[in-house]
Amino acid sequence: MEQPLTHNFRSDGQPLDLAAYEQAGGYQALRRALEEMAPADITAMVGDSHLRGRGGAGFPTGKKWSFVPMGEDAPHPKYLVVNADEMEPGTFKDRLLLEGNPHQLIEGMLISAYAVQADTAYIFLRRSYVKARQYLETAIAEAEAANYVGSDILGTGFNLNIHVHVSAGRYICGEETALLTSFEGKRALPRNKPPFPPVVGLFGKPTVTNNVETICNVPHIVAHGANWFRELSRTVNGGTKIFGISGRVKQTGGWELPMGVTIREILDDYAGGMADGYRFRGVIPGGGSTEFLVEEHLDVQMDFDATQQAGSRMGTGNMIILDDRTCPVGMVLNLMRFFARESCGWCTPCREGLPWIAATLSAIENGQGRTEDLDMLKRHTRLLGPGHTYCMLAPGAMEPLQSALNYFEDDFKAHIREKSCPWRQG
Amino acid sequence: MPTIYIENKPYQVPDGQNLLQACLSLGFDIPYFCWHPAMGSVGACRQCAVKQFKDENDKNGKIVMSCLTPAEDGTRISIDDPEVRRFRAAVIEWLMLNHPHDCPVCDEGGECHLQDMTVMTGHNYRRNRFPKRTHRNQDLGPFLNHEMNRCIQCYRCVRFYQNIAGGRDLNVFGCHHHVYFGRHRDGSLENEFSGNLAEICPTGVFTDKSLKRHYTRKWDLQTAPAVCVHCSLGCNTLPGERYGSMRRIRNRFHADINNYFLCDRGRYGYEFVNSDKRIDTPRQRLKKDDPLRPVAKDTALAAVRALIRKDRHLVGIGSSRASLESNYMLQNLVGNDNFFAGVADDDYRVMRLAADILARGPAQPASLRQAAEADAVFILGENVVDTAPILALNLRLYQHIKTARMSFETSIPEWDDAGIRELIQRQKECLFIAGAYPTRLDEAAKILCRTDPDNLARLGGNIAALIDDAFPLDPDLPDELRDTAAVIAEALKQAAHPVIVSGTGYHHTGILKAAADVAGALQTAGRSPGLLLTFAEANSHGLMCLDPAGGLDSAREVLENEMADTLVILENDIFRSMPEDRAEALLKAARHVICLDHLRHKTAERADIVLPAATFAEATGTMVNHEGRAQRSFQVFRPSDPIRAAWRWLRDVTPGDEHFNPGNLHTVDDVIDRISRTVPRLEGIRQAAPDAIYRLDGRPVSRQSFRYSGRTAMHADISVHEPTPEKDRDAPLAFSMEGREGPVVPPALISRFWAPGWNSVQSLNKFQTEPAGPLRGKTAGKHLIRPVNGSTFEYFAASPPKRPLAEKERYLVPIHHVFGSEELSMHSPGIADQSPRPYVALGRRDAELLDLVEGEMAAVEINGTVRRLPVRVIPDMAANTAGLPMGLPDMPAVAFAGVCRIDKTGETHA
Repeated sequence: MEQPLTHNFRSDGQPLDLAAYEQAGGYQALRRALEEMAPADITAMVGDSHLRGRGGAGFPTGKKWSFVPMGEDAPHPKYLVVNADEMEPGTFKDRLLLEGNPHQLIEGMLISAYAVQADTAYIFLRRSYVKARQYLETAIAEAEAANYVGSDILGTGFNLNIHVHVSAGRYICGEETALLTSFEGKRALPRNKPPFPPVVGLFGKPTVTNNVETICNVPHIVAHGANWFRELSRTVNGGTKIFGISGRVKQTGGWELPMGVTIREILDDYAGGMADGYRFRGVIPGGGSTEFLVEEHLDVQMDFDATQQAGSRMGTGNMIILDDRTCPVGMVLNLMRFFARESCGWCTPCREGLPWIAATLSAIENGQGRTEDLDMLKRHTRLLGPGHTYCMLAPGAMEPLQSALNYFEDDFKAHIREKSCPWRQG
Repeated sequence: MPTIYIENKPYQVPDGQNLLQACLSLGFDIPYFCWHPAMGSVGACRQCAVKQFKDENDKNGKIVMSCLTPAEDGTRISIDDPEVRRFRAAVIEWLMLNHPHDCPVCDEGGECHLQDMTVMTGHNYRRNRFPKRTHRNQDLGPFLNHEMNRCIQCYRCVRFYQNIAGGRDLNVFGCHHHVYFGRHRDGSLENEFSGNLAEICPTGVFTDKSLKRHYTRKWDLQTAPAVCVHCSLGCNTLPGERYGSMRRIRNRFHADINNYFLCDRGRYGYEFVNSDKRIDTPRQRLKKDDPLRPVAKDTALAAVRALIRKDRHLVGIGSSRASLESNYMLQNLVGNDNFFAGVADDDYRVMRLAADILARGPAQPASLRQAAEADAVFILGENVVDTAPILALNLRLYQHIKTARMSFETSIPEWDDAGIRELIQRQKECLFIAGAYPTRLDEAAKILCRTDPDNLARLGGNIAALIDDAFPLDPDLPDELRDTAAVIAEALKQAAHPVIVSGTGYHHTGILKAAADVAGALQTAGRSPGLLLTFAEANSHGLMCLDPAGGLDSAREVLENEMADTLVILENDIFRSMPEDRAEALLKAARHVICLDHLRHKTAERADIVLPAATFAEATGTMVNHEGRAQRSFQVFRPSDPIRAAWRWLRDVTPGDEHFNPGNLHTVDDVIDRISRTVPRLEGIRQAAPDAIYRLDGRPVSRQSFRYSGRTAMHADISVHEPTPEKDRDAPLAFSMEGREGPVVPPALISRFWAPGWNSVQSLNKFQTEPAGPLRGKTAGKHLIRPVNGSTFEYFAASPPKRPLAEKERYLVPIHHVFGSEELSMHSPGIADQSPRPYVALGRRDAELLDLVEGEMAAVEINGTVRRLPVRVIPDMAANTAGLPMGLPDMPAVAFAGVCRIDKTGETHA
């Protein structure tokens, strides 16, 4: 099984330094891209590879790049921004990549920036990723010294500076446009689209924002070709994916696996199955803002399309397992408190609706629930739907709630009927 | 024009609008909060949701925000769809989760957009059983109350304050459902437009603090359309009165002038009407050294008549803040040759020049709207933020849209406020400012030029020369300003509708001439420029249209040459207009002084007879604004007897002859009729507003709303019999609830904005042809200056003579303060509170050269008179200049056209 993203990782957890990365074939793809390929060829190749955004939304990367104005009349400077503000609940895949092989990201950024002819690149890094920041800064310094980063890179005339920007630490900054707004020194509010960031992005200039994992795939696509990348996957969504599991399983962790591996395989073969004494009840497949899947979905293939058919989303591919000894109401309450707290406060449904939901769930969990509360919650899952809010935070938050109300309705009712949480008795 | 379908019916809508604008224009009611007609869309509140359908077969549709959805051809929507109605009700329910429901004690109650929208959506039952979040409120200074618990987080306040008003000290703090709109700590809001927040805020977070001191509900206020008296722009206002005192001022939308906004001087300056310094009864001094004693109206009139009979030679001082009618009656009384403007001769020449330039017309006078929309604006030597604040606001208003249009190829619609601002970032186009000292508008300028007043005139001259080759280049312009001149000239040449802004604020004829020459050069070069010259006071331009024979110094000459010995001063404190010694000399030159005014001031106290004149709120009258637009300001309420319009006092003392019987002038319309027949320049004033016999369906327009309460009780302490409402002979407005109101009323007569279901100021939508568009019906006011033919204009081409400075001498520059430089508004405690103390301003380098530091007392000598003033170092002040604040009560008037000598005293200001 090929694991292009992670197979070079050192076993001691330390990052690859420049020499080790070069020895493993690093920066060859960059050389190839700059010396042999036109920017449009790279965009076409990435499009052909079926690489889709690994931040969770799964937007085709080549297509995103193709929106950037190119040619002599294009506005400059153009920017490439790497979204490393990984704050989705249960998600730690980017951290593995940042800490394991920072040069891989840098090479990916260089090639991607070349493809869209960006002038400057930024890494927008989650505040608590202290180790990643150290590794990245060291790696950038090494790359600058070796003329991989800076001006006239490898003598090709291509210039790119890479800067690490440490976020002040808000979940909403992971939203592409809020990230850009916060980057500009303003309140981290999302933006309405259009205009789309590839046209009007950071500081009003064309900007491509990609997730860490997305960018890390780019050198491998350039090195081995689109066809190779597609064939890494078991489905039509190309490539591998870093999947992860948290919850009551034998072995939590993250693994690079082919796109399309089933939930059951990940759970049984890699996580070693449920921990002793715990039974599987459900899973949020890709971070806090995806819908629960349950036992009947264990053979669903993890890719963008199959999860959607099953009524959920792959999201970040980092799953949170719900077991039979954990209260689903409490789990959802925990998530709703998180989303209510992280609302930016811009649009009404999210700002006001989420705290009301959290207060209602809290009442249910604490035995003060009322029958009409379920109607209120169900109503809100519809009222906070996509298009009703300014960005996708609240609709995302509604996914676990809506599915929990569907799959675990009896548990909610039991709380209300018994005026207490059944899991807390005895 | 695109066709859109609402509930499957086709409607034609203008190009380039969003669905919310289009639907409101068509008369549909869609609730909204964050959208504001002058501020565009940002999509925050989600209140204006409608359902959009792909085509006629689409039965499901999807909910979209109408403010963010273009009204394109073929767009199909439903406003009444049950799902979207439920969604809109849910939005109100969310907004109400934390709202205190304190309408009965809230100043906004009864004119609250949140109340209106709540009723409109149908939400009424509170289902949330959890505690409300609460906030701590701030003391925001004298103008606004702050009650954050009422906030619905529409973000309008910060968007207005930062983007349009240019303020920095109001912001949003915190996040999720704890967002807080306020200052970083308690303190007065710094921006001079902060009062607009009371109208911008859709609920009661920001309310009028001056109103709170004498609170009255909107429906209990007697209101009439008035014109602001605190600067020359002529902003339209709606003053409100109850129980004989003024309660507040609100904006009266005029598409060409103030738009949706007023400055704080205009909004809060009204308190002089209620002042305990009011002259409320005639007073007379029997002998020269006696005190003034109250006398009966007839006694006073008889005394004045006796003086006039005895001595037919009178000198009259006209007023820049009195109505045309009053000024005219004075001129008629004293004769044209003896009618003078109430300003020093130097200032008279400047005012006169400004009025003559506009009348001769190197270019068409520009309205504020034209300035707001102009693709290039060059401000030459006028601090418009402080002398004409709403002009400054207008210059910022559309700057982002103009910048986007000029510098970017973009398909972002103009109403997409967030998108446009994101695109342009900090780029600024269109605005070029040249002045001697920094102003708060400077940050909006693309190019800023700082130099002394003479060089400002030379800069203007050179710009004219760079536009029209026939105009001579000024060799005296310093080299370092030549590049700037070239850049500004180029930008003006590139513009289709450039506007040149200047004014009388620097008291400098050279600057005015240069501004005229730039406008003339642009006209010659085939552009269609506008020329906007600001004046000192509300009716300065009108006074000049009456063609006074000179200023106060000329008046003194006439008196001293004993060609007359009685001085009649109309609505003027001459001590504000000229140095004390000259004012004293003028008063001494007259044997008798008669003064008509509202407030006891130094001049009134020195008069022999004082007559109580009505303020703008108590009398109907006509004023001419900076651009030559005559506007009628209507009486709001009956003043207490015997206060009345100055023109009525003057009429009653004017002797008649066989050609003219003043007794026939019964009404304002009679005076207007006479003015328009005898003063050709003022012929058009009759058309400024409908006359007093105008009726709508046989009825006048009501000054009181039909919910006006207490009519039968409010005078019960005097008489239990309900008095018959008095008829207004001067206006087609009634001092009662009986009459017409609402959108059918012509703009010049709109006495309140109210429409069924729309009790707040947002009801304005119902009065407009489209949101932010002009009011329905004939535009209020009448332009007196006809479209000009630029070919008759001759260049001044007058480079100022070189004025060498001796050591320690500096050019004098008047520094205007929005709060402090204007006379009447300083009687409002809040405005006085915000005004500066006297000072002398020096640039950093000049202070060093003169060995002076901030706070040190300097001896400032002007024409032999020495004043000791604390030094204020303004780092960016032009070299070789010294600034003195204009018009402060503790700051005696000085002659500004000259130089001063500044010496060190060694003392520090206490």
